[in-house]
Amino acid sequence: MDMHQFIALIQANTAVGIGLMIGLGALGACVGIGIMGSKFLESAARQPELMPMLQGRMFLLVGLIDASFIIGLAMALFFAFANPLLSRFG
Amino acid sequence: MSEESGASGGLSEYIGHHLTHNTGTVLGGSFHWDSWLVSIGLGLLFVLWFGMRARRATSGVPGRGQAFVELVIEFVDGQVKDVFHGDRRFLAPLALSIFMWVFFMNAMDLLPLDIGNGLVTLFGGHEVAHHTYFRMVPTADLNTTVAMALCVFILTIFYSIKAKGFGGFGKELLTAPFHSDSMVGKIAMVIPNVILNLVEYLSKPVSLSMRLFGNMYAGELVFMLIAGLLTSWLTFLPGVLFGAAWGVFHILIILLQAFIFMVLSVVYIAMAHEHH
Repeated sequence: MDMHQFIALIQANTAVGIGLMIGLGALGACVGIGIMGSKFLESAARQPELMPMLQGRMFLLVGLIDASFIIGLAMALFFAFANPLLSRFG
Repeated sequence: MSEESGASGGLSEYIGHHLTHNTGTVLGGSFHWDSWLVSIGLGLLFVLWFGMRARRATSGVPGRGQAFVELVIEFVDGQVKDVFHGDRRFLAPLALSIFMWVFFMNAMDLLPLDIGNGLVTLFGGHEVAHHTYFRMVPTADLNTTVAMALCVFILTIFYSIKAKGFGGFGKELLTAPFHSDSMVGKIAMVIPNVILNLVEYLSKPVSLSMRLFGNMYAGELVFMLIAGLLTSWLTFLPGVLFGAAWGVFHILIILLQAFIFMVLSVVYIAMAHEHH
């Protein structure tokens, strides 16, 4: 195989990897935030006087859940624009 | 925000240019001048602002500026009070500094992306701008966030030793998660305990720094993508709209990440005070 084919192979596999990184990360984060949001609404309906306290906790957890997805997103975008696996070919 | 980019040519080059640090060599190591300058400048800004307000504070009817500063201080103090029960004279100011400093550094993300580029082009021309690198967001630099997380980590260990003494800290390290009553069991559990404690200790600064860095880096990249993809005059309006939409969403992320960094630092230090 010549060099172009190697490069194309790496690019194709990286593209699939980027898709998986963003897609699976988004899937997990969305399910997590959805479950937590529904529980928050449930508990807020049950005990409305706890709402301010729960709201703070909920946003804290939104950030924590979102973070792992966004770290994955940053890694994926890094691979999309500055692929370190391709740099060996110069 | 997007017209300047056409000169450099190519989306990858545009983004690559914006992701390059202004690096110098100090004592044989590479040194990110842009992160240092912006973070120190913003730290001074915070200290001067809050210090000036504190010196001018009145017990009478507060002005708008004083009311705002009091609001922030009371918010942070309330958060610390929820988590940590004890003497807050060090922890609450620490949390306030972390919160405001990280918030200021994150807020640099909201400045228009090409404003520095535009200024350099205006005064120095295109050729100078092409070789000038400057990243405005210090928290999108892994060095900054790891340094902050390491400071929190060192404080955690310091307070752990201060609260429990050297013996207590060492004993906890060797016998903490798995307890045993007999001497043989205690000795047998030393190695798994040490390994688990090391993982626990090391995961804290890593997750703390990676969370902040990842959020800011991804946010910055999305701004770059919007600016780099919608470059022509035809796409000027969609570019402004997308940029504004992401900017509004980013305000939430900025505040949330500063808040999370502060709360988790306080939680880690409060956990260090607890006995197992």
